[in-house]
Amino acid sequence: MREMFEEVRSNKIKSYLLIAFFVIMITVLGAVLGIVFMGSFVLGIAIALIISVIYCAIAYNSGGSMVLKATGSKPVKKKDYPHLYHTIEGLAIAAGIPKPKAYVIEDTALNAFATGKDPKHASISVTTGLLDKLNRQELEGVVGHEMAHIRNYDTRIMVLAAVLVGVTILISDIILRSFLWGGAGRSKGGKSGGSMILVLIVVGIIFAVLAPLVARFIKLAISRRREFAADAGSAILTRYPPGLASALKKISKDPDPLVDKANRATAHLFISTPFRKKKGFLVGLFSTHPPIGERVRRLKEM
Amino acid sequence: MALLETVMWVVFGIIVIVVLLFAWSVYNGLIRKKNKVINALAQIDVQLKRRTDLIPNLIESVKGYMKHERGVLTELTKARTSIMKAKSLEKKAKASNQITGALKSIFAVAENYPKLRANENFLHLQEELSGTENKIAYSRQYYNDSVMGFNISIQIWPNSFFARRMGFKKKDMFEVPAGEKKPVKVKF
Repeated sequence: MREMFEEVRSNKIKSYLLIAFFVIMITVLGAVLGIVFMGSFVLGIAIALIISVIYCAIAYNSGGSMVLKATGSKPVKKKDYPHLYHTIEGLAIAAGIPKPKAYVIEDTALNAFATGKDPKHASISVTTGLLDKLNRQELEGVVGHEMAHIRNYDTRIMVLAAVLVGVTILISDIILRSFLWGGAGRSKGGKSGGSMILVLIVVGIIFAVLAPLVARFIKLAISRRREFAADAGSAILTRYPPGLASALKKISKDPDPLVDKANRATAHLFISTPFRKKKGFLVGLFSTHPPIGERVRRLKEM
Repeated sequence: MALLETVMWVVFGIIVIVVLLFAWSVYNGLIRKKNKVINALAQIDVQLKRRTDLIPNLIESVKGYMKHERGVLTELTKARTSIMKAKSLEKKAKASNQITGALKSIFAVAENYPKLRANENFLHLQEELSGTENKIAYSRQYYNDSVMGFNISIQIWPNSFFARRMGFKKKDMFEVPAGEKKPVKVKF
């Protein structure tokens, strides 16, 4: 119990740090862009502050529904999936938290995730493939894992990371493109050559700073410890570790990746990494999940 | 001398304040835990009630098919009546387990009736009841965990010193006496 409260507190602190980090980063970006394009860094900072604070407020309050939308999750009624409903209700009772809303992703891949800023505003989303292929104990193990994430406030920081990282990637893409296109077009003129070199340097610096920051964001949000803790939480809730162990084995053997519904920003939310076949730079850099073999081994030792 | 006396009074005052503050935090902590236990118990009752309400529907839907197994149904009805009458935690737990056993037998017997298994109403009830059955188990687990947390925190020192004087008493777990955990025997 004591560890759980510490987990919750540390997650709350980290969530605020993440927001502060994001606001500072966007403000710095605003200052730089302000100097370059408006000749005034104060104006740049002011605009960046307003935008980033509003965006963070939205991300904090409705990040959950943004993620649900981004992953194509649909709310379901009890009569359509009574089995899923009962499992979620049962485990919410076991965890002593309000019942999270049930969502389903129409996909044959096996995966699941939870979102929400706190247990009162939480949702659990599972793929239809998962519902088809797992038996009752296995589904309970998976839902228990998500319930543990919700109770520990992991979902708050994970959702914030998803939404903030998502927009950071988007901004860096936009800057990169406008820089490449605009740079190629304008350099012919030769007139604004001096300021273009400045922009080039500035953008270079921004990227040098931004890329590792994005990676840090994700690392902050999904430490491997967090996944192991949720596995242990699931075992405590269901009192049946073999259920989750066997579910994880089935999930790891599943050949379908969830690529079209998950991306770099949301990958860390899922119970198991949604990118399966792709191997390469991105997968290594954003390695968000501990190996399933290790997780199964730990569950068996419980 | 006067100075020494003043210092002593100040130290004494500080000690009293620290003790009072500690007692206050112990009291609040225990009240919080006690309420958790009360809520957890209410949750068990909600689930037990839900199951009790579903049973007549189940009996209604199976009695047309199970002509030769009236014993199981009587067993279930009896257990249902006894849980409705039960006041103490122990009696509730005992009756609840009888119902669980009787339901298990009914669903086992239902396997022999393909027509019943094809009946949508029956399938719906089966899912409802097994879901409720799980929720009873989970609410009992949560209650027992809360009771354990509460009992430990009133027994450990120095909480125990205050808890007894504040009138906190150990709570009972929702359990079945050891000898009665066997599944209910059903006579056909």
